[in-house]
Amino acid sequence: MNKELKIFGVVAIFTLVLYWGVEPFAHSQMHKHVEGDNFAYSEFKASGKKGDAVNGKALVTGAAACTGCHGIKAINAPAPMDASMAGASYGVNPPDLSTAGALYDARFLAQLIKNPAHALKVEHKFDPAKGKMHPMTQFYGAGGDIDQEIADIVAFLKSIAPKEMSNKEAFENACGRCHANRYGKMSQLGETPKFKYKKDELKHQVAILEYQDKLKAYMGKLPPDLSIIIRARSEHFLETFIENPQSQLPGTSMPAVGLSHEGFEKVMAYLSETGDPSKPARGELGPLVLIFFIVFSGLAFLWKKEKWKGHH
Amino acid sequence: MAHFEKANSVGEWLDQRLAVNTLKRVLAFEYWIPKNINFLWAMGMVLAATFGLLLISGIFLLMYYQPNVETAFDSVNYTIMTEVGYGWLWRHIHGVGASVVFLIIYIHMFTGIYYGSYKRGRELIWLSGMGLFVAFSAEAFSGYMLPWGQMSYWAGMVITNLFSGGSLEAYGLVEWIRGDYVPGQAFLTRFFMLHVLLLPLVIIGLIVLHFGTLRIPHVNNQDGEDFDFEEAARLYKEGNIKESKVIPFQPVFLAKDIFVMGVYFILFFYLVFYHFEFAMDPVNFDPADGLKTPAHIYPEWYFLWSYEILRPFSKDLGLIAFAIAQVIFFALPFLDKSENVAPASRRGLFKFWFWAMLIDVLILTFMGKLPPQGIWNVIGLIAALAFFALWIALPIITKKEKKL
Ligand code: HEC
Ligand code: HEC
Ligand code: HEM
Repeated sequence: MNKELKIFGVVAIFTLVLYWGVEPFAHSQMHKHVEGDNFAYSEFKASGKKGDAVNGKALVTGAAACTGCHGIKAINAPAPMDASMAGASYGVNPPDLSTAGALYDARFLAQLIKNPAHALKVEHKFDPAKGKMHPMTQFYGAGGDIDQEIADIVAFLKSIAPKEMSNKEAFENACGRCHANRYGKMSQLGETPKFKYKKDELKHQVAILEYQDKLKAYMGKLPPDLSIIIRARSEHFLETFIENPQSQLPGTSMPAVGLSHEGFEKVMAYLSETGDPSKPARGELGPLVLIFFIVFSGLAFLWKKEKWKGHH
Repeated sequence: MAHFEKANSVGEWLDQRLAVNTLKRVLAFEYWIPKNINFLWAMGMVLAATFGLLLISGIFLLMYYQPNVETAFDSVNYTIMTEVGYGWLWRHIHGVGASVVFLIIYIHMFTGIYYGSYKRGRELIWLSGMGLFVAFSAEAFSGYMLPWGQMSYWAGMVITNLFSGGSLEAYGLVEWIRGDYVPGQAFLTRFFMLHVLLLPLVIIGLIVLHFGTLRIPHVNNQDGEDFDFEEAARLYKEGNIKESKVIPFQPVFLAKDIFVMGVYFILFFYLVFYHFEFAMDPVNFDPADGLKTPAHIYPEWYFLWSYEILRPFSKDLGLIAFAIAQVIFFALPFLDKSENVAPASRRGLFKFWFWAMLIDVLILTFMGKLPPQGIWNVIGLIAALAFFALWIALPIITKKEKKL
């Protein structure tokens, strides 16, 4: 018995060393280490101004012209163009801003309004000096203190943001204009409806393809479908990549979307729902199966003792 | 025609026609196993059980898998994982099983090497076992192609490319294997056929052969002791079970095997439920894309050691080294020139040979996954050279070995 345990120890040690070598150690060597900022956006300075939501609303729908490009369902402001047309005009469909106050970090939003290409970390693609303007025009101020005005806009976006936002909404607003999720039945044009006629279905598919062509031209490539990305990348990769795509793929055209920590968690929860849907079921069934085999082993041990009685 | 009496029970009826009582006696109740063994001798049955799990889970997966380059990826990752009840369970059992079966195979092989269980009548056990190793390797590789992810595609590309034979430039052969210039529909369908039909048949045949080769020489024991099985069996049957050196396969040996299997299944299902990622490479969750080479292409962990023997050399030399490494273990019974059947610890220099080989294979495995740069390359090259040095040394040191 003693000897068997010793042998088991040797086998176990070799097995663990083997595992360590081909998994944690190999991965630590294969991927460069990137430190995240935990969605704090400490590089962007806060102006310290307290915003006024009422004034913010006037700016958003007036001087700042946000609603000239974006829809805001929360205040019944429809998008000025449908997704296809917007795609054709800007390369990408400007997202609805109803949830922006919850989805994005406040400091990031302030920076975005002031200088989109800088906040989104795509200055390598957009350089006003070379006449390459970001499709979202920057806010030059409405005549007063620009920092105060920006604080007002952010305060307004926060005031309309829903207390509860579904994981799917978070994905749709933050990533959906670029990424499809076919397991979640989402295309860049939103949730794919059920069609009664094949003709309508094909029309919808054509609209998606046309949108994707514009998006490809804008981004340089079609952003990948994110259905199962949760299993294709490590959690650490996703976290640091979404926070700052340049940290993992230098030169990439994907913007730093500026998610708040809460927004990030919602997006991840959605990706987990579509890419790893068995997670809850595993948690339920796992303990039962393990208990079964523990009992099985206990009984097998008693049987073995009984059968080996008198052998030694 | 034989004369048949009326049978009084189903057992008797079957015995008249199939000699089941004789079969049971020869294959189970009077198939004698030495008493002096440890749990490592249960690994064979653990392998058989794991193969059973792979077979059953595979049958369930086969009901929904679609061998088509357009739909294969989603049939696995969406249909089976989301829509089919417990589809995820079968898939995780199959994936974890495919990985763990190699761990147990390696333990089983190195047990055989340690105790010298491959010689003096046991050569065919070893050779059929190596046949199983090769068949399992092919089975694992072909299965890896089926989800049609990035690693399926690129590993398929890299491995089939090896058949061009380096400077021989036998691209015709590579195309013949692929059925196309690059991996595509023809490639996927033929690997599907291999994985679900031909190779499982070969494996089942080899398992039967492997079991058959065990029957006459009997399994070895912890001390390599050579004793008279007839005499030991007679003692046992007379009731002197304490003095006898053997136990019957059924039920005594099996009782222990089943306990070991129970413990194994606890670990196995722990991995299935809580730690399956190690067995399913993340890169393969990106759909195959012939235009986008992944940053790192590496095989599953169980092929890493031989992959690393390929890598550090020049193209042709690497291929030759790789080809030799694939088959050299077949030659073990013939390169070990010593008569001794005993644990390595009692066999002089062979003791060092055993541990050196084990550690060398482990180092090769580590290096096989790391990016081939700088110090890793140097260590890989040294370990690959050491691998061949050990095989060259084997006949020399075993020839000099003192007879025990
Ligand atoms: C000229 C049209 C235009 C105007 C005006 C405009 N935007 Fe945008 N906005 C866009 C486009 C286009 C995008 C998508 C850019 C991309 O994904 O590359 C965008 C993206 C955004 C995003 C999402 C950014 C992210 O992190 O992913 C927010 C939030 C936003 N705009 C807020 C505003 C606010 C607030 C205003 C008003 C101050 C405004 N926008 C004015 C066109 C516009
Ligand atoms: C304005 C368009 C845009 C938005 C919005 C966007 N992405 Fe991307 N994303 C891209 C593009 C383009 C790529 C391809 C990057 C490359 O390969 O260089 C990409 C790639 C990715 C990748 C794969 C990276 C890899 O390793 O290949 C992930 C993961 C990802 N995006 C996640 C997200 C998530 C999550 C969101 C929402 C929070 C999001 N993206 C929002 C454009 C976008
Ligand atoms: C993968 C499928 C395999 C199965 C199902 C299998 C099964 C078995 C079983 C049931 C035994 C008897 C009990 C034991 O000693 O464990 C055995 C013994 C043996 N096997 Fe395997 N085996 C497999 C693969 C291999 C491989 C890959 C090798 C090595 C090349 C191998 C070499 C041996 C040897 C040498 C013995 C004799 C052990 C002794 O005499 O002590 N087997 N095998």
